[in-house]
Amino acid sequence: MIRTIVRSVLVIVVSTAVFGFAYPAVMVGFAQAAFSSQANGSLLYRHGQVVGSSLAAQNFTGTQYFHERPSATTPVYNAASTTFANYGPTSPELAQEVHQQVEAILKLEGPYNPGLTVGDIPVDAVTTSGSGIDPDISVAYADLQSRRVAAVRHLPLATVDRMISQYTTGRSLGVLGEPGVNVLELNLALDNLGDK
Amino acid sequence: MQLEGIGQIILYAVVLLVLAYPLGQYMAWVYTREKDDVIERGFFRMLGRDSGAEQNWKKYATTVLLFSLIFFGLLYAVLRLQGHLFLNPDGMPGVSWPIALNTAVSFVTNTNWQYYGGESTMSYLSQMSGLAVQNFVSAAVGMAVLAAVVRGISRRSSGTLGNFWRDLYRSLIYIMLPLSAIVAVILIWQGVPETFSGHATALTLQGAHQSIARGPVASQISIKQLGTNGGGFYNSNSAVPFENPTGLSNFVEMLAILLIPAAQVFMFGRMVRARRHAWMIYIAMFTMLAIGVAVSATAEQHGSAVLRQSGVSIAASATQSGGNMSDKEVRFGIADTALWATATTDTSNGSVNGGLDAFTPAGGAVPIVDMFTGEAIFGGVGTGLIGMFFYILIAVFVAGLMVGRTPEWLGKKIQAREMKLAALGALFVPTMILVLTAVAIATRAGQASIFNDGVHGFSETLYAYDSQANNNGSAFAGYGATPFSAALGAVDMLFGRFVPMLAGLALAGSLAAKRTVPESAGTFRTDGATFVVLLIGVIVLTAGLMILPALSLGPIAEGLMHL
Repeated sequence: MIRTIVRSVLVIVVSTAVFGFAYPAVMVGFAQAAFSSQANGSLLYRHGQVVGSSLAAQNFTGTQYFHERPSATTPVYNAASTTFANYGPTSPELAQEVHQQVEAILKLEGPYNPGLTVGDIPVDAVTTSGSGIDPDISVAYADLQSRRVAAVRHLPLATVDRMISQYTTGRSLGVLGEPGVNVLELNLALDNLGDK
Repeated sequence: MQLEGIGQIILYAVVLLVLAYPLGQYMAWVYTREKDDVIERGFFRMLGRDSGAEQNWKKYATTVLLFSLIFFGLLYAVLRLQGHLFLNPDGMPGVSWPIALNTAVSFVTNTNWQYYGGESTMSYLSQMSGLAVQNFVSAAVGMAVLAAVVRGISRRSSGTLGNFWRDLYRSLIYIMLPLSAIVAVILIWQGVPETFSGHATALTLQGAHQSIARGPVASQISIKQLGTNGGGFYNSNSAVPFENPTGLSNFVEMLAILLIPAAQVFMFGRMVRARRHAWMIYIAMFTMLAIGVAVSATAEQHGSAVLRQSGVSIAASATQSGGNMSDKEVRFGIADTALWATATTDTSNGSVNGGLDAFTPAGGAVPIVDMFTGEAIFGGVGTGLIGMFFYILIAVFVAGLMVGRTPEWLGKKIQAREMKLAALGALFVPTMILVLTAVAIATRAGQASIFNDGVHGFSETLYAYDSQANNNGSAFAGYGATPFSAALGAVDMLFGRFVPMLAGLALAGSLAAKRTVPESAGTFRTDGATFVVLLIGVIVLTAGLMILPALSLGPIAEGLMHL
């Protein structure tokens, strides 16, 4: 009994040293040397200033920008406190939020897309993401927003469409996952067009 | 669902088998090797005289229990005191007692139920010295116990099962550490952070400040998947892009979830020299997994009642995956989220890449049933296959009754003592889940945790005690932390972990002592299709019938209300 307790404590001390400290320290050393951009959070810079991460959505409300999916975090798109919305599949709150989101999109995009109806809105545009910081929107949702962005920025629609495909992340190795458009990267590239 | 989605699921099944088979052979070698390596000899010198000696089942079990108890105490202390300790760049205060109790039990039992948001509650010290270490050690404890149980089954007229410290050492050094490093490297490459710097602050394009949580994420995520742990660095777990940035990272993490439990089936086959029997077990497990994926993926693609009625476009097309995208991520879509939800609840992993609370009634029922089988469909590292052994004994016993002979399994006669242990192992946890769910739903203190009203609130409660009892850790995450739910959950996890484990060790002790009897014409063959059908039947009849009444109060009622 006593011997087992002493042995347990010894094993805990050693495994804490090995798995708690040495293992992550070695991995951090390797990561910083070999993949320093990814290891530090895939940060995006403009003029030397961190403007976000290509792996985190941020709040876009301006009409010149592509907008993200809804977020359940507080405040929205909080990359330091992620959360699901957790509404059940038959929840009245979910129905209400989806309805509000549909109305908001029809109001925002309607003037640029004559004849726009609720059936044209892809489901990812009205549902919260799992993380609250999903960096991607579906290609369908990007296409829905392209006329507005082109009009507000006085750009040809073809230019905006070309940039959408440029910032569409395809399936990994051509098969794994689903395609999505990285909103922050796309908006950053659009802003940079103006800088030139 | 699009063809690409189905293709990914099939590809997953193939790659899993290709990796798991050789790994199983390797693991059998690891646990049966006679000679200790150099470091191992030093390890035993440090632990003292006779520390590497053979142990009988009682000694083995006592060692496991004491070791877990002491680890629990230390982990609890670190969580309570983290505010006064080092490696705390973001200044996290100590964790309150109910949450610390639940979390410490949760990690020691390999559950990783999260009543806390990782990035907003835990200091780096807690994440690294407490949680990350437990991700390795609690998983290795499960693997060690399985190794002992399998050894017991394979031995004849023997009083011992092996040595816990040796099994623990070999699980950690020969299996967990190398696999974990490999997976971590892939994840870092794909974009999972691995740094000791604190949060990064960004000035967004619209001029706001955004704080971005980072840390030694990749090294922890790799082991959380491999060790069927599941506790995330971030609150939204593997739905968060920093834990799971791409389709490839998602694929690798899903493989890591099932890899060791699948390999252990082949390890068992080799160690007891019954490879065809092991294949039959694999086929039975895989069949049940495939049914779960098919139901879940179809239901999620069909979408929830609310989304269908809203009129938005939910049909899959070339430009969107469609379906029930509530609390799901665009880069995973429906197929990958449904596959993950099934894999994570078949094993005792419990990490999620989308919110399960938002799953459709049928999609959400799949994880509940998966877990309720006692994680016997692959199951947790170690503990899962032990759960399956209980069902196998029941199946063999039923077959014996049909032909009126003493049942045999792998040349051992199965008698009253073994059947009592198997019944205890198979029935204790499901019974406890139903009782605790009833307690939580019937008391005001329990109801306080419910987030969604009505029948969905019942599903949340059932899910919480189902998940914790089976050391899974996934959740209908609306279900909230109160001191009551945290303490009840801690009890749930402790008994759910150690009762089946002790039953398994006792069973192995009993089987090890038996002599083998030669196979005769009347022996029920456990290496054919009949056995597979019988085994699945036993699982459906035992676990399935027990969960059905509760299921009809939750997901079935919800599904019928909104057809």
